[in-house]
Amino acid sequence: MTDKVPNLVHINNVDKVFKRGSEEIHVLGGLDLEIPEGEFLALMGPSGSGKSTLLNLIGGLDRPSQGSVEVGGEQVGQLSDRRLAAWRARHVGLVFQFYNLMPVLTAQKNVELPLLLTHLSRSERKKRAAIALDIVGLSHRKNHFPRTLSGGEQQRVGIARAIVTDPTLLLCDEPTGDLDRKSGDEILDLLQALNREQGKTIVMVTHDIHAAARASRTLYLNKGQLSTEPVD
Amino acid sequence: MTGLINWFSQIISVTAFGFQSLPKRLGSSLTAMLGIAGVVAVMVAVLSIAQGIMQTMENSASVDNVVVLRSGATSEMMSGLSGDEARYISEGPGLVRNDSGAIASPELFVIINLLKKTTRTDANVPLRGVGPAAFEIRDSFKIAEGRMFEWGLNEVIVGVGARMEFEGLELGSTIPVGQEEWPVVGVFEAGGGLAETEIWVDSAVLQPAYRRGNSYQTVYAKLESPDSFPEFKDALTSDPRLNVKPMRESEFYSSQSEMLYNLITGLGTLVAVVMGFGAVFGALNTMYTTVSARTREIATLRALGFHSGPVVISVLSESLLLALAGGIIGATAAWAVFDGFRAATVNMASFSQVAFAFDVSANLLVRGILFALIIGFIGGLFPAIRAARQPVATALREL
Ligand SMILES: Nc1ncnc2c1ncn2[C@@H]1O[C@H](COP(=O)(O)OP(=O)(O)O)[C@@H](O)[C@H]1O
Ligand SMILES: [Mg+2]
Repeated sequence: MTDKVPNLVHINNVDKVFKRGSEEIHVLGGLDLEIPEGEFLALMGPSGSGKSTLLNLIGGLDRPSQGSVEVGGEQVGQLSDRRLAAWRARHVGLVFQFYNLMPVLTAQKNVELPLLLTHLSRSERKKRAAIALDIVGLSHRKNHFPRTLSGGEQQRVGIARAIVTDPTLLLCDEPTGDLDRKSGDEILDLLQALNREQGKTIVMVTHDIHAAARASRTLYLNKGQLSTEPVD
Repeated sequence: MTGLINWFSQIISVTAFGFQSLPKRLGSSLTAMLGIAGVVAVMVAVLSIAQGIMQTMENSASVDNVVVLRSGATSEMMSGLSGDEARYISEGPGLVRNDSGAIASPELFVIINLLKKTTRTDANVPLRGVGPAAFEIRDSFKIAEGRMFEWGLNEVIVGVGARMEFEGLELGSTIPVGQEEWPVVGVFEAGGGLAETEIWVDSAVLQPAYRRGNSYQTVYAKLESPDSFPEFKDALTSDPRLNVKPMRESEFYSSQSEMLYNLITGLGTLVAVVMGFGAVFGALNTMYTTVSARTREIATLRALGFHSGPVVISVLSESLLLALAGGIIGATAAWAVFDGFRAATVNMASFSQVAFAFDVSANLLVRGILFALIIGFIGGLFPAIRAARQPVATALREL
């Protein structure tokens, strides 16, 4: 064993161009990024700088226009839609700014959702969802519907849903962006614990210096490139 | 195998979310559903008219009855037979005979004008002169009120359908025949058949009233059995004294109603298709709204790794469900309101009035509901495809 931790994510010379009508928007240009396994990385940068775009590329929600995105040995940009969906279900946990819970499902059922994509039995799904809810400290609210939960609680359900399949990689797009300071801190505590105790690799997009301070490394996105220092 | 189960459970859960959130989209969903219900109701009602006319014609026909017209005539109005010809026909082979000869009724068919009750406009009503055998040939004939007319007297009996449709056919009233007024002495039923729309009288009194001498228009007769028809027909068509066209009664009636049936069915289909287009747009609109209301949910599911197939199926099945409900409501409404509803229309062959009941059959209900499902399918397909085609990253941004 070397002292160098293997990289989970390799991003090499990636361009991302969006077409809006005849207009081309160059969001990322020649971007390189290595994320070692077990890292808690914070991504910062001005609004519209392409943070979500980068996160989507890592999570296989979108494909690069140019260059390669490799996650856990898989060339994510080259999978078919169908295989990409299966890959996401297995390897990536997503946490959204606005939680994106299914309003018609209870907390428990929301957390079970990704398990429908596995071949686990019903009782096994229930058990795993219960464990995930326990990890985020919401066992007592498992039969509640999202609208009866506070924002912080909903985000904790969102995190439980993201970890229920035990993915290696957690991608969080402004997970505290819609929360008050106290709830936000609780979420950050939780992410930090998942990173330290369960070894989850986490990439978190944030606007908040406070939140970024919890990460093990912070990178700044500006003009399509990453840097270690904020650029004005 | 697990792949299949997996696929299946995805479909079920995605569809279930859609249905569970249906109440939130109640307004637009109800609108689309009622639109489809309206189309189906109209379609079923219109087609049930054609069906009802066919049914009336079928009720009129008996398998062992024959009708003889002059060859070339397509309706009783156009036909003409002399007294001698009528006699030769009744001497034909294969007819039922009793002491007084063959069961054959030479008949006269004229048109009189009466006021239609609903529209208060003039309408042509058939007045039929019959012989005594007429009542044995139409074996479902029955006097319902009053009495039978006396042979040789200027009095008439009227069919129940005719009495319902037209003014002045109550018992005791009189009808204008030529220069005279003839009393109505009875009301008859004829098993729901065409005769119920007619007025009957002794042919022997109708002939002089219309200066027909000893001539007729048709001969109705009863065969010994349905199998006797070829023999009867061959004998008549090969008889050099006759130039006639013998037909089975069923054949005659369906030829009489064919044009009308096709016209109404064609019109009904046209109306249904035109309205159907409207309903398709209604359904499309609703389902596009649904899809955009569900954008966050669908995008999230797909981000989590759900396939787009179940999303398509979910949207489609929601649309089909709305259409099915609409179809059932529309078909049921048409059935409740129109089945058995009596009306009259013009028989295109004789230009006389045909009373019939709308016949909303099970077959029509099924066709109406199928039509609704087609509307729902088209209305759901494009929104479903849009939901599935949209790139996940783009869909997530639209929240
Ligand atoms: N799917 C898309 N289609 C078109 N333009 C997009 C799309 N996604 C992102 N963009 C554009 O790319 C730029 C970066 O967006 P985003 O990655 O969301 O920024 P951030 O998350 O840093 O605020 C913005 O200008 C945005 O309008
Ligand atoms: Mg963003």
